Amino acid sequence: MAMLEISNLHVSVDGHEILKGVNLIVDAGEVHAIMGPNGSGKSTLALALAGHGAYEVTEGSVTFLGHDDFLDMPPEERARLGLFLAFQYPVEIPGISNAYFLQSALNEMRKSHGMEELDAFEFQDLLAEKMELVKVDPSFADRNVNEGFSGGEKKRNEILQMAVMEPRLAILDETDSGLDIDALRIVAEGINRLRGKDRAFVLVTHYQRMLNYVKPDFVHVLYQGKFAKSGGPELALELEDKGYDWLKESVPA
Amino acid sequence: MIELMERTDRAHYEADLKRVQALESPAWMKDIREAGAARFAEMDFPHYKQEAWRLTNVGPVVKTPFRSVVGEPSGHVTPDDVAAHLYDAPEWTQLVFVDGFLSRELSRMGDSTQAVRVGGIGEAVAKGDEILEEHLAKSAEYTNAFVALNTAFLQDGAYIHVSEGAAPSAPIHLLFISTGVDTIASYPRNLIILGKSAEAEIVESYVGLNNTAGYLNNVVTEIVMEDNATLRRYKVVREGSAGHHLATTKVMQGRDTNFHSFSISLTGQIVRNELDVVLGGEGANALLSGLYLNDGDRLIDNALRVTHASPKCYSRMAYKGVLDGTSRSVFTGKVLVPQGSQQTDSNQLNNNLLLSDKATLDTKPQLEIFADDVKCTHGATIGGFPRELIFYFQSRGMTEAMAHAILTFGFASEIVDKINIDPLRERLSKYVFDKYRPK
Repeated sequence: MAMLEISNLHVSVDGHEILKGVNLIVDAGEVHAIMGPNGSGKSTLALALAGHGAYEVTEGSVTFLGHDDFLDMPPEERARLGLFLAFQYPVEIPGISNAYFLQSALNEMRKSHGMEELDAFEFQDLLAEKMELVKVDPSFADRNVNEGFSGGEKKRNEILQMAVMEPRLAILDETDSGLDIDALRIVAEGINRLRGKDRAFVLVTHYQRMLNYVKPDFVHVLYQGKFAKSGGPELALELEDKGYDWLKESVPA
Repeated sequence: MIELMERTDRAHYEADLKRVQALESPAWMKDIREAGAARFAEMDFPHYKQEAWRLTNVGPVVKTPFRSVVGEPSGHVTPDDVAAHLYDAPEWTQLVFVDGFLSRELSRMGDSTQAVRVGGIGEAVAKGDEILEEHLAKSAEYTNAFVALNTAFLQDGAYIHVSEGAAPSAPIHLLFISTGVDTIASYPRNLIILGKSAEAEIVESYVGLNNTAGYLNNVVTEIVMEDNATLRRYKVVREGSAGHHLATTKVMQGRDTNFHSFSISLTGQIVRNELDVVLGGEGANALLSGLYLNDGDRLIDNALRVTHASPKCYSRMAYKGVLDGTSRSVFTGKVLVPQGSQQTDSNQLNNNLLLSDKATLDTKPQLEIFADDVKCTHGATIGGFPRELIFYFQSRGMTEAMAHAILTFGFASEIVDKINIDPLRERLSKYVFDKYRPK
C-alpha cells in the first residue's frame, strides 16, 4: 500500500479553484519533486495536505498511511500521524524558545502514540543530537522561534524541526528559495541525512538547483492546477533547459 | 441630595479618623495625619467626571463602609500563611506586614546596619529618626482622596534607607498581607530613600489571604533617589479575588539616577497603580515596565506620569496586558516636558492581547510638551493571534487551545523574562504558565 495516495484533488481558495484534479502516489523511501511556475498551485497542494483552513477541498480524496479519513482530520492530527510541512515563510513566535516549542510539539506527538513524554533534560539531549545531525548552531535552542532569524536561518530551523519530529512524510515548501549556495548546501545535507527507507519526501520547488543536491526519484510538473508532466530526475534538467514556457506549448489548453 | 450621600460615604471614615488621631504619637506625626485628614475633608472621591478617573469606576470602593485598621492588624496570620509567599533565599531581608503593620515575628530580618536600614515606619517614628521625619509625606501629592486617607491613617509601612554609596548584597522583599477578614481598609505607607550612588533591589508583594471579602488596600509609596542612585523595584499585586488595591507611588529622581520599575498586576477586583515619576536632575533614567493579566469582571488601571523636570533625561514605558472575560483595563501614559527640558527622550508602548471579545481596553497617551528639542514617541496595539501563527502550532501537532496557551505565555514572558531576580522571575513565569495552560 502506498504511503500517500492523492486522487483527483480539487482545492479552492476564497472560491477560486486552484488545484483541478491532482493525482499522486508516494511510497515510503521515495523522494518526489514537484516543480512548476509561480501560481501553478504548488504551495496550495502543500498547505491543503497540511490542513490549512483557507484551502478548501471540493473534490477528490487523500489517503495517508491507510487513513482514508485523512482529509477530515484537523491539522494537528495529520501532524501527529507523521506528516510534516516545512513552511515557505515560517512565522516568528515571540517569547517562546525553540527548545520549549519543540519539546511541546514532540511530547504532543509522543502522547498521541501512547509514548512517555520527555522531560526537559531528556529533551535537551535529544535536541543537541538533532542539532548536530543537521548542523545548526546550539544557540538555536534558546532563541525564540524564528524571531530575528535571517531567511536562511529560518529554513534551517524548519529542517531542525523536521529532524526532531521524525515525520513519515515531509513536504518541503520552497525550502530552497532565497538561499545562497552555502545555505542551500547545508539544508540539502540536512535533508539527505534524514532520508531513509521508512520516510518519504515531497520537495516543492521553483528551481532545479536544489535537485543537484537532493536527488529525487520522481519529478512532477504542476501547471494550471494539474500535473502536466511526470518523469525521472532528467525532467528537472529538461525544464531548467527549456524553461516553464515550454509547458505552454506542450500542454493542450 | 448628592451632598447628603457624600456625607454618608464618609461617616465611617470620620469615626475611624477620631480613633487614629487619639493614638499616642509624636507631634510631627500627628501633624501629618491631621494634614491628610484636612485634605480628605476638602476632596471629593474620584468619579468619572474627573479626567484621570473617567474610565475607572471606583464606585464599589466608594460605596463600601470600610472599617479602617487602627492600632493593630485586623486578623491573625501564622508563619504557615506567609511561607508560600516568601522566597526561599536566606540572604534576603524579608519584611512581612499584616494589614499594613510590620510583624517582626513573621519577618526574616537581615542585618539592619547603619549603611542599610530596613524596618517599619511605626517603630522608626517611635524611636525617632531625623531622616524619616525629613522625608515622610513630603513628596506624594494629594492626587486623589485615597492618598489623603492614606496620609490621615498613616501608622506603619516599610522604611528603607540606603546611605550614600551603599548597596545591600541581596534583594529586600516587602510582603504585604491583607487578612481581609471583613471589609477592612488598610493603609500601608512606604518610604524608600537611596543616598547618593546607592543601589538597591526591592520586591513589593501585595497578597490577599481571603478571596471573598471586598477589602481595600490603600497604599502610598514614596521613593527618593539622590544623585547617581540605582533602584530596581518590582511590585506584584496578588490581592484576594474580591479585594481592591488602590496605590500611588511617587518617585523623585536626582541627577544621573536609574530607576527600573516592574509592575505586575495579577489578581484583585479593582486594581489601580498610579506611578508618578519626577526626573529632577540631568541624565536621570526611568524604565517603567508592566504586565497586567486581566479577566473575569475585574478592573485594572495603570496610570503613569513622568515629568521630565530636567534636560537630558530618558524615560521608557513598556506595559503589556492580557485581556480576558468581561474585564476592563485602562492604561494612561502621561509625559510632561516643561519648557527648558531640552534633549528629552521619551517613549511609551502599550501592547495588549485580546482573548475575549467582551473585554475592553482604554489606552491613552498624553503628551504635554513645552520644549522644542525633544524626542517623544508612543504606540499602542490590541489584537489576538494571527491565524497563520495558530496554524504553525497545529502543523507541529499542537491543538489550537495549546497554541493559544503557549502564545499567551510567550506574550507575557517578554516582560517577565526581563526580571533579573531569578526566584521572582521563576515564580512569575510559573504563575503565567499555569494560568494559561490548557485545562
